[in-house]
Amino acid sequence: MALTPDDEERLKQSRKGRNVALALVLFALVVLFYAITIVKVSG
Amino acid sequence: MNTVSTANAIPADWRDFFALTKPRVMSLVVFTGLCGLLAAPGHLHPVLGFTAVLCIALGAGGAGALNQWWEADIDAGMKRTARRPLPQGRLRPTDARDFGIALSAASVGIMGLAVHWLAAAILAGSILYYAVIYTIWLKPRTPQNIVIGGAAGAFPPLIGWVAVTGDITLMPVLLFAIIFVWTPPHFWALALFVQSDYAKVGIPMMPVVAGEAATRRQMLAYSVILLVVSLAPWWVGGTGAIYGISALLLSGLFLLLTVPVAFRRSGEGDSMRPEKRLFGYSVLYLFALFAVLVADRLILGQG
Repeated sequence: MALTPDDEERLKQSRKGRNVALALVLFALVVLFYAITIVKVSG
Repeated sequence: MNTVSTANAIPADWRDFFALTKPRVMSLVVFTGLCGLLAAPGHLHPVLGFTAVLCIALGAGGAGALNQWWEADIDAGMKRTARRPLPQGRLRPTDARDFGIALSAASVGIMGLAVHWLAAAILAGSILYYAVIYTIWLKPRTPQNIVIGGAAGAFPPLIGWVAVTGDITLMPVLLFAIIFVWTPPHFWALALFVQSDYAKVGIPMMPVVAGEAATRRQMLAYSVILLVVSLAPWWVGGTGAIYGISALLLSGLFLLLTVPVAFRRSGEGDSMRPEKRLFGYSVLYLFALFAVLVADRLILGQG
């Protein structure tokens, strides 16, 4: 199935949106796990 | 169909995944979970407390996604739910399923490693209960589905409490019981005034199956039980008088608002004001009751 330029633009947009959302989630998890580790180690 | 081929070609937007988690239901889950955590005796480091509430929210989101994955065809047939991402074809069903499983597994794993394995086990049980026992098995089979589903919504304060104490005592079970008993009159009030098409898609909701009059009688019974159950934490000495007196007033008003609903029948073109009033109050009631529970503990320090 051939994509129209319009479809291609939407595809890129939503892929970018998902990538940004995933990056934020991963970053938040890194911060959370770091905080949990500090609490566990010092507790 | 056009929508299906588009869904295969265009990757889903992150907002569609977010919508799968039922964010509006989550607000009540987060609030009651947090209250269970704050009302429990003992101390939990704020970072771990935050993690526990986050895991309860993630678990609820995962269960919500699995629910929407399973019910996509039912949702498509009802006005209220037809605009969800799956019936609209904006998302592949397998993606929704995997997303739900991933959220659920992550929430249980993090809860266990960071907070407590008993809390994690109950969280896992509540997700399985909602996604499998309720959604897949009993919701399409019995008009008691709301009573059964209410148990799923009753888990958050229990999990929050156990995250702090590490064991199950009478108090968190009573908190569970309060939400369990509160759910049927809360939901049936809504079911009475919302023109729902559950019948069309084959879900046996109580007002459709047993009739309006029977539903109204059962709502009254649950409201009476709610008055008793909501006072139980005070009677067993788990809370002080701040909670006890507030619960008496709040549940008394709940019963007072249920009485006119129980003893009337709706006519043609009925504005359904008593039902709407009861539904609106029921949401406020649960927030207020749990807020008072926490206030009681913070001020009187009992439990």
